[in-house]
Amino acid sequence: PNIIQLVYLLATGVFIMGIKRLGSPATARSGNQLAALGMFIGVIVTLFDQQIISYELIIAGIVVGSAIGAFAAKKVEMTAMPEMVAIFNGFGGGASALVAWGEFVRIGAPTMLAGQDLVTIGLSILIGSITFTGSFIAFGKLKGFISGNPVTFPGQNIFNALLTVGTLVLVGWLTYDPSSQLAFWLIFGIALLLGILTVMPIGGADMPVVISLLNSYSGLAASMAGFVINNNLLIISGALVGAAGLILTNIMCNAMNRSLGNVLFGAFGGNDSSESGPAA
Amino acid sequence: MSGLIFNLFIFVLASFVGFELISKVPPTLHTPLMSGANAISGITIIGALVIAGQVDQEFAQIIGFMAIVFATINVVGGFMVTDRMLEMFKKKDKNDE
Repeated sequence: PNIIQLVYLLATGVFIMGIKRLGSPATARSGNQLAALGMFIGVIVTLFDQQIISYELIIAGIVVGSAIGAFAAKKVEMTAMPEMVAIFNGFGGGASALVAWGEFVRIGAPTMLAGQDLVTIGLSILIGSITFTGSFIAFGKLKGFISGNPVTFPGQNIFNALLTVGTLVLVGWLTYDPSSQLAFWLIFGIALLLGILTVMPIGGADMPVVISLLNSYSGLAASMAGFVINNNLLIISGALVGAAGLILTNIMCNAMNRSLGNVLFGAFGGNDSSESGPAA
Repeated sequence: MSGLIFNLFIFVLASFVGFELISKVPPTLHTPLMSGANAISGITIIGALVIAGQVDQEFAQIIGFMAIVFATINVVGGFMVTDRMLEMFKKKDKNDE
């Protein structure tokens, strides 16, 4: 167990160096390879965790996931990269929500869980689910399956804000009454809906920024999942991606002379108006 | 409770590190950096391994299996497309010289 923690420490160091190197053209490729190495180290050492007893599903899952991921990564056109990243990101966010759900189910009697665990399970499901559906909407908008124009209705921002507050209240309810299946499923359902509703009003031309923000969310979701299962490597790496992703999102907004708030709530930048540039 | 406080400490400190790691990224690197960071967020695979590898609850194991598939797609696909993007980037650089 101590040796596992020490190797986790090594992996976090490798991740930090990897992200740092990814930010500069000369070192970017080696940075990505370093990060992949950190991931490999983290996965291998986790397999020695004493909680892990059965390996069949683990091997099957890794084989299936690697095959799908590698196939998609090989086949994708260079011009379709943002869409591809959006899909990968959606799966990552979805995985974090599933980890929290799995832990909730594993405990069996949720009343045995401490309040703090229920809060982090709720938050992990909330952020992970928003990332999941939001990323697929972003993909659909870039691919043209969904209109690239902002899809809006009156009072949309207020409605979304109310839903967000509502889900946070539900997380509080789940913490107060852990046996409430209703609270649990409402969090899950509304969060999935929120991902759709928050990305729909944003124009297709702004999707790269949205994907970057959703990437930051999926880091945060991973970090929350780390709180749920009490794992340092997950908490740290998730927080690193969450923070670095937010900075990158900001840099991308600045490059367009826009603010993040304007991108998220301004409801413009559809495919048609993309040539005309920012109006404000 | 101290476990939570300790976790909060490392969460906040790691966030500060993350904020400091990125500054002045040239526009051509925006997508690869996003993609690489995205692959790292697939670290949630670690949580999925723990859920799928336990034997207390079969249904939780199945959820864990799905989580592994999702996270592995994110990790393997993410690092591979980032590498493809950066490989092209490098070739372009050489042609310019």
